Amino acid sequence: MAEAEIWIQRNVTLFPPDVITSIFSSAWWVPPCCGTASAVIGLLYPCMDRHLGEPHKFKREWSSVMRCVAVFVGINHASAKVDFANNIQLSLTLAALSIGLWWTFDRSRSGFGLGVGIAFLATLVSQLLVYNGVYQYTSPDFLYVRSWLPCIFFAGGITMGNIGRQLAMYECKVIAEKSHED
Amino acid sequence: MTLTEKLRERISRAFYNHGLLCASYPIPIILFTGLCILACCYPLLKLPLPGTGPVEYSTPVKDYSPPSPDAGLQQGDLGERPDWYVGAPVAYIQQIFVKATVSPWQKNFLAVDVFRSPLSRVFQLVEEIRNHALRDSSGVKSLEEVCLQVTDLLPGLKKLRNLLPEHGCLLLSPGNFWQNDRERFNADPDIIKTIHQHEPKTLQTSATLKDLLFGLPGKYSGVNLYNRKRVVSYTVTLGLQRYDSRFLSSLRSRLKLLHPSPNCTLREENIVHVHFKEEIGIAELIPLVTTYIILFAYIYFSTRKIDMVKSKWGLALAAVVTVLSSLLMSVGLCTLFGLTPTLNGGEIFPYLVVVIGLENVLVLTKSVVSTPVDLEVKLRIAQGLSNESWSIMKNMATELGIILIGYFTLVPAIQEFCLFAVVGLVSDFFLQMFFFTTVLSIDIRRMELADLNKRLPAEACMPPAKPVSRSQRYERQPAMRPATPHTITLQPSSFRNLRLPKRLRVIYFFARTRLAQRLIMAGTVIWIGILVYTDPAGLRTYLTSQVTEQSPLGEAGLPPMPVPGGVLPAGDPKIDLSVFPSDPIHLSENQTQQREQKSGLESLNRLETNRHTWAQGPEGKGNGQTELGTEAEVTWGAEDEEIWRKLSFRHWPSLFSYYNITLAKRYISILPAIPVTLYLNPQEALEVRHPQEANRYHPFLSSSGGKLDAEARPDQASSKLQGHQDVTLYKVAALGLASGIILVLLLFCLYRVFCPKNYGQNGLSHSRRKRGDLPCDDYGYSPPETEIVPLVLRGHLMDIECLASDGMLLVSCCLVGQIRVWDAQTGDCLTVIPKPRLRRDSSGIFDYQESWDLSPDGKNGLDDSFENSHQLKRMLSPPQPPLFCDQPDLTSLIDTNFSEQVKVAESETRLRAVGSRQKETGYDFSSLVGKAYEEHSTSNCMNFTGLSAPHGHASFCAGSGSPRSLGCGTEEGGCSSRRRSLGDESFTGFDKSSLLPSWGGDLESSVWSLDLQGNLIVAGRSNGKLEVWDAIEGTLRSSNDEGQSGITALVFLNNRIVAARLNGSLDFFSLETHTSLNHLQFRGAPSRSSIPSSPVFSSSDIIMCQLTHTVSCAHQKPITALKAAAGRLVTGSQDHTLRVFRLEDSCCLFTLQGHSGAITAVYIDQTMVLASGGQDGAICLWDVLTGSKVSHMYAHRGDVTSLTCTTSCVISSGLDDVISIWDRSSGIKLYSIQQEMGCGASLGVISDNLLVTGGQGCVSFWDIGYGDLLQTVYLGKSNESQPARQILVLENAAIVCNFGSELSLVYVPSVLEKLD
Repeated sequence: MAEAEIWIQRNVTLFPPDVITSIFSSAWWVPPCCGTASAVIGLLYPCMDRHLGEPHKFKREWSSVMRCVAVFVGINHASAKVDFANNIQLSLTLAALSIGLWWTFDRSRSGFGLGVGIAFLATLVSQLLVYNGVYQYTSPDFLYVRSWLPCIFFAGGITMGNIGRQLAMYECKVIAEKSHED
Repeated sequence: MTLTEKLRERISRAFYNHGLLCASYPIPIILFTGLCILACCYPLLKLPLPGTGPVEYSTPVKDYSPPSPDAGLQQGDLGERPDWYVGAPVAYIQQIFVKATVSPWQKNFLAVDVFRSPLSRVFQLVEEIRNHALRDSSGVKSLEEVCLQVTDLLPGLKKLRNLLPEHGCLLLSPGNFWQNDRERFNADPDIIKTIHQHEPKTLQTSATLKDLLFGLPGKYSGVNLYNRKRVVSYTVTLGLQRYDSRFLSSLRSRLKLLHPSPNCTLREENIVHVHFKEEIGIAELIPLVTTYIILFAYIYFSTRKIDMVKSKWGLALAAVVTVLSSLLMSVGLCTLFGLTPTLNGGEIFPYLVVVIGLENVLVLTKSVVSTPVDLEVKLRIAQGLSNESWSIMKNMATELGIILIGYFTLVPAIQEFCLFAVVGLVSDFFLQMFFFTTVLSIDIRRMELADLNKRLPAEACMPPAKPVSRSQRYERQPAMRPATPHTITLQPSSFRNLRLPKRLRVIYFFARTRLAQRLIMAGTVIWIGILVYTDPAGLRTYLTSQVTEQSPLGEAGLPPMPVPGGVLPAGDPKIDLSVFPSDPIHLSENQTQQREQKSGLESLNRLETNRHTWAQGPEGKGNGQTELGTEAEVTWGAEDEEIWRKLSFRHWPSLFSYYNITLAKRYISILPAIPVTLYLNPQEALEVRHPQEANRYHPFLSSSGGKLDAEARPDQASSKLQGHQDVTLYKVAALGLASGIILVLLLFCLYRVFCPKNYGQNGLSHSRRKRGDLPCDDYGYSPPETEIVPLVLRGHLMDIECLASDGMLLVSCCLVGQIRVWDAQTGDCLTVIPKPRLRRDSSGIFDYQESWDLSPDGKNGLDDSFENSHQLKRMLSPPQPPLFCDQPDLTSLIDTNFSEQVKVAESETRLRAVGSRQKETGYDFSSLVGKAYEEHSTSNCMNFTGLSAPHGHASFCAGSGSPRSLGCGTEEGGCSSRRRSLGDESFTGFDKSSLLPSWGGDLESSVWSLDLQGNLIVAGRSNGKLEVWDAIEGTLRSSNDEGQSGITALVFLNNRIVAARLNGSLDFFSLETHTSLNHLQFRGAPSRSSIPSSPVFSSSDIIMCQLTHTVSCAHQKPITALKAAAGRLVTGSQDHTLRVFRLEDSCCLFTLQGHSGAITAVYIDQTMVLASGGQDGAICLWDVLTGSKVSHMYAHRGDVTSLTCTTSCVISSGLDDVISIWDRSSGIKLYSIQQEMGCGASLGVISDNLLVTGGQGCVSFWDIGYGDLLQTVYLGKSNESQPARQILVLENAAIVCNFGSELSLVYVPSVLEKLD
């Protein structure tokens, strides 16, 4: 639930304020889709951890997860609000911040890889949406869009993964205890 | 590497010293930190307070020129010039403030005449303004050139299209209501309706169209039917693009010339510049609120990790304070060094908090808490600090590094953020080191003090020392319970609250403090307050006007009060009164006093008017008086100064927003208003009157009753006004009330939704905990365990098999069949039923290893022996009822034998010599017993009394009282456990002898079931023998071995014994006693304080255990569970069924089928509710009255091992080591408790609220209602490996746990330790 909320939140902050009205008015299916996607990502991370057989141990606490979420929202906020001199600066800053987010809260190679994959896919999807005219960016600059969007998606993926792993860890603990019990 | 280590060493050392310092001088350090914080926050005072209200700045009109757009140029000019005062304003606002009145007023005028003609003049005025042009050398300059040209209205405002100017000058006047068309105005039959048609129906909080067009709050306009002052005010508002001082001054002088305001004192020096802040919309609010929610979640999740401290909340608060004040310090320091924050503080604040983080604080706490407890507080702090020093420093360096990287992004906003973050980090570190560490040290010290305090009550809670008056216990009656059964009072909810599950805790907090209701109340009050405050026509002004109107109630001597719309000049009105004898006040002397008071103000006002007219003299005093009209005078006072201030602060933004011009972060300049005074003569007023109005409205002053009525009328009017206002007031109140009620209902519903009864339904997964961990509740809270020394009852050689208790006595039986009777209060072993380590020597006489302790406390022993023999004697006299139906004569035979023997004993003098005599006789008896033993080694008591006279003789002789003789005259014979009680000894000793035959054969058969009632123990053995023992004396009182199948369960209830056997049969026995008539009387002798109640079987009674009924095939398979209550007996068997029998006639009432496995546990209570658990893991609840199944729950994975109920819950435990608590009425699972391995069955209910469970070497107390762990009591180190297998709750609230061969007595009041 929280994940969906954050993805909706992301929608709000992701696109400049002018687009917000169009988002609210246009497609009812976008928030559910984003929610589902984020839930899938949240599930994907612990699944991958289990598959790789290396449980993620770094900073497994809810407070850390909250911190991560806050930083992610902050990145969104900054990208929406702060006036950057040019697009390259914006993209570089966002990229640095995203990598910083990963380093601070994740530090796993698998997480990084998955994050990059998600960023790529999500950018592709959003580009498709734009091509099909569902959305329009205020600034039609193609490169502009392509450069900062993946960073946000990457950070979002990391955040979702963090939440998912935390939830899964809880589940794992219970399962482990159950098996122990039996 | 060495360098790092050296550095590490050094840091650690420094932290250690610092910790010592902090812990040594906590108070000075906290004061110092507080001062530092205050000092650093001081520069914050200079910062403007955040808020969206407009900010004003005044500049003199003279030499005014718009500020240049370049801020840098003006830096030198004025220090106090605000930084927003840059560039030209959005608009200059010029208001022409018109006050108009009809003068002289004629009494037959209508109420509408007050404002109709004054308003009609607005068209002319607007024309004048519009056509004004400045002609000078440079040419003609018209208004069109300077005014603010507005374009279209916003599309959403089509309604206002005709009312607000478009495509032209922004010029607003009341004439806009009629499209600035005088003809329309004249044709308008109802001016008030026209004006109010666009007023919002609901409560108004911001600018309305009326306010916009009138340019002043509706209250001041005077356009209503009850305008007593008959002065109408309005403004013509002009928006100017450019400031042209010459044009404006020419306009001003022209208007002043045309409409002079002679007594106007309005100041005209200053231009007021009003700067408007940015307004936050909903769309921007959502991220903001989200970030704050995340922030709170972060703080919550962080601070909940603080543990093992005295005050969790206190430390959490300290942690938050640390972070917040470090942020404040950071902002303060930055402003001190000249950096002014440009970012929105509210927006970046959460991010700053998150970046700075609470981690270090938590790490510190954890580290300090985990230091050895026995160290001194100072050392603990120092050690904890130095342990974490390296990681703290490393983290700090990393964060600083990251932030520095952020600084090099060269984006100004990010740089600023980073700057704040860096300063915040450093100051946070400072505060952590000084403030938080010190607070932590104080907390730890408090905790140690609390521990010290706690230790004392812990000792006080220990069971009372051994020296209990022995004699009292000796003649103990089971009915003699302690006066207070047990004193378990659960802690007050405020204490218990801390251990609730978090979600419940929040809800309980809400419920307890009625927070929701209070918030709603406060919210409503604030809301109403805001409404009142912001509504221009609101309560505040209404109240003030009420006050001013009613203030003359005090009358005459009072100094004049300022009146809205006019000011009385200083001076005593009385003088004026005397000057004008013809004035209304004069006439009013004839009126009632009240009317005079009411009208006092009015008259004063009029006086004033008159005085002015005199002074001016254009119309003349005489004129006004002769026409019986009154002349109005327009006054200008201080409250007319800058009348726009009385408008809502959203007035200008909303006006400009209609034209899609935002005032956010911009300013407008409001020029001093131009006063215009209009006097209209009555003819004008009559001319403009609309024909319909004359019919609709009565004349303003209808009757010609003179000035008296003229005064009376406004009074009425004012009361009407008041009534009108009252209605608004009631509306507000009703609305507030209604919304409050709705909110309360809504929250109530939410509460019900969030907090249903079965909140713990899926608590199973939560409660899992690892083995070996401390017992903890669902949410990981584990209360500090206490280690109290339980009373350990040792003595059994093998594992204890059965336990039974009646509150005073405790009976245990181990695998070898040894039954021990313990005093449940002191833990003394009273009786061992097969005598321990008994051996038979070659001579056939029993030898006791343990020596008898024969401290001859003569009196007691003597008394009792005397008593007993006496009783026995008494028993002889009444004819005995037949003991057995089949063998009536034999009993009398016994009696005869017995009486003879007693007589022998009695014939002796019962003095001190008794002892020796008993020895003698005892010797004889022992030899007799020896013989008897040889003869009837396996016979039971019953047969033996019935059939063999000599044996019976022997046994009863022994019973009559020669115990010590058994030890062959030696005084060493005896049980050490009986050492303290002489009385006991004298009775128990002989029992052994008499019992020799029976246990000689029983040693091989183990006791399978036990029950205890009064002083009788019923034991069912594996060989099918049922034995009744005297608990105190250890005598076998009766025995029955009619059944051969092992007795698996026993119920002993009010003289009835029911034994369930392995073969599924059920035997009903009844105990019959033969008591002498004088027995009670004797018992009631003054030396005995307590009188025994019914189930007490005196040791002198003869007890017969008679088989009354046998249900040979109650079940197909072994009976596993047997319980009786409320006159019903319930059996549970391995054949999956339960059977309910009536106790009195052994009649089978129901056979209950429903389980799919063997029945393992049965519970029945007085309310006829039967619960049963089976091997299928299911629990069934039945109604015993009807035999119907009430509910069926699948409870456990595996057998249900035990089952008990409170009035509201069913508590079950299973082989899966889970204890589940169910709602008894609904069968819903409330929650469950994970037990340790092997402790599954150990549970007991102490009261309706308190549950005891066993663990590895410990017992835990739980609050049943909430499922929270109250306390864990460790029963000594030695028992740690042994799980508590069984818990028995005694009635005096002690619990017995069965730890292998040992029993432990724990006193529940130790739970109360937590209270302090």
